[in-house]
Amino acid sequence: MIETVLDILSWALLCLGGAFVLIGGIGALRLPGFYTRLHAASLTDTMATILVFSGLILQAGFSLASLKLIAIMLFLLLTGPTASYALANAALQSGMEPDADRLGGKASGGAG
Amino acid sequence: MIIVFGLFLLSLLVITALAIVRTENLFVAVMLTSIFSLLMAANFFILDAADVALTEAAVGAGITTVIFLGALALTAEREKPSSAGWRFPLLVVAVLATLIIYATFDKPRLGDPEAPVHQHLAPWYLEKTPEYMDFPNVVTAVLGSFRGYDTLGEVFVVFVACIGVLFILGVKPQAGAEPEIEDRAGLRHHLIPQVVGRILIPFIILFGLYVQFHGEYGPGGGFQAGALIATGVILYALLEGEAAALRAVPRPVLLALVVGGATLYGGVGVACILLGGNFLDYSVLSADPVVGQQMGILLIEAGVGMAVCGALLSIFHAFAARRIRL
Amino acid sequence: MYLVLSLAILVTMVLALVRALLGPSVYDRVLAVNMFGTKTALLLAVISFLFGRPDFLDLALAYALINLVGILAVLAFFENRPRGAEGSGHD
Repeated sequence: MIETVLDILSWALLCLGGAFVLIGGIGALRLPGFYTRLHAASLTDTMATILVFSGLILQAGFSLASLKLIAIMLFLLLTGPTASYALANAALQSGMEPDADRLGGKASGGAG
Repeated sequence: MIIVFGLFLLSLLVITALAIVRTENLFVAVMLTSIFSLLMAANFFILDAADVALTEAAVGAGITTVIFLGALALTAEREKPSSAGWRFPLLVVAVLATLIIYATFDKPRLGDPEAPVHQHLAPWYLEKTPEYMDFPNVVTAVLGSFRGYDTLGEVFVVFVACIGVLFILGVKPQAGAEPEIEDRAGLRHHLIPQVVGRILIPFIILFGLYVQFHGEYGPGGGFQAGALIATGVILYALLEGEAAALRAVPRPVLLALVVGGATLYGGVGVACILLGGNFLDYSVLSADPVVGQQMGILLIEAGVGMAVCGALLSIFHAFAARRIRL
Repeated sequence: MYLVLSLAILVTMVLALVRALLGPSVYDRVLAVNMFGTKTALLLAVISFLFGRPDFLDLALAYALINLVGILAVLAFFENRPRGAEGSGHD
């Protein structure tokens, strides 16, 4: 009984993670402007990492694979936002301004 | 299922390769080369070649990109327009491509159980590895022991490549500090990469050592471990600047690693001769031949790891520590 | 199930590749490479479960670490060579 519940929970997490991955990809392609794309890519990356790896850990149970998955998840959660920070900083330092005025009226699509 | 994945990834490879060739901006080409390398590693992974995928990832997506960027910082950003014609090269390439594609018609299909290599060679390796060496990873057994000569040649090639690059770039080993690179501070005033990088560097090096010593039981071995440890030190060099990195791991140490790694490999072979066996016949290294084989492979993998780490770091410093002359 | 998830990740990798080919500025392309790297790590973890070989998770760990070093190298490159906002990345 508890096994079925865990199974369904892990499938749900994996499906949701896959949906976030796709949303991030579509957002990175269709959003206007670099900073909005960065927003879409980094947020959905982190969320998808958490969901997919939680689903995989529930599937693997108590084993060495779960420990490795936890380690990979920790490293991805640590390095993903750092890379986004580095990228945004580099873009801002070299003069690329976020287009706040132009994008004020358009609220179409994208995560967040 | 593998075919679907394989076709997908291979068509992405072709698209990326076309984009790399067509673009004139060299930075774009470097970024696309990094994607190409990741695609190639995913391809290897799908074909069940985990060792090769790990090496391709560690060397191609990590170190090669960093070295290309280091070289790009010293030259211009756009490709010079080429003045040669395009018809004759196109003709040559078309002829050669037709010949090669015609030659692949004789190749056995992928994974065909009737292929010659699966009749004699592969079953022999798969049967003899538990008998001679008693560990699971057949790739390491083939690499380290059954084809040990080839791997010795590979280590010497890495050694020669390192020396060649150092000669071409005119790098002289200096005993003291290098004053002309003080103007590059690295990423020192960016707080977040500093903190995260400092947390990660010990783990990267620890993971590199894990891959080195775990090579007999899972994907891993000397090449991958050397590349990973070099990545850790390169991260330190990016964060703290070249001067600090060259104080931490000086150039003579790197050269000693390269030379020591190659010597260790050859030395193990000579030790086998002195103990009564053939060159690189590890069974004589200990009373029990199986233990002797395991010890021999451990030692030569250490030699390979040292040589690769030293070579990659020497090449990285050769580019990154140069003055910008533009 | 793993198959559907890995197909979703592959499709996103294609989208990231399109962004790398299109992106008007160089930062868009670096963003695409970063996304590609993290999606590759996810794909490797999922495929290792798909094939039933959990000892392939070491590769995903290696990718996660290497991706960061690549992006930080790009940041260090831009530190020493500040570029204009447009970049010059037209194909």
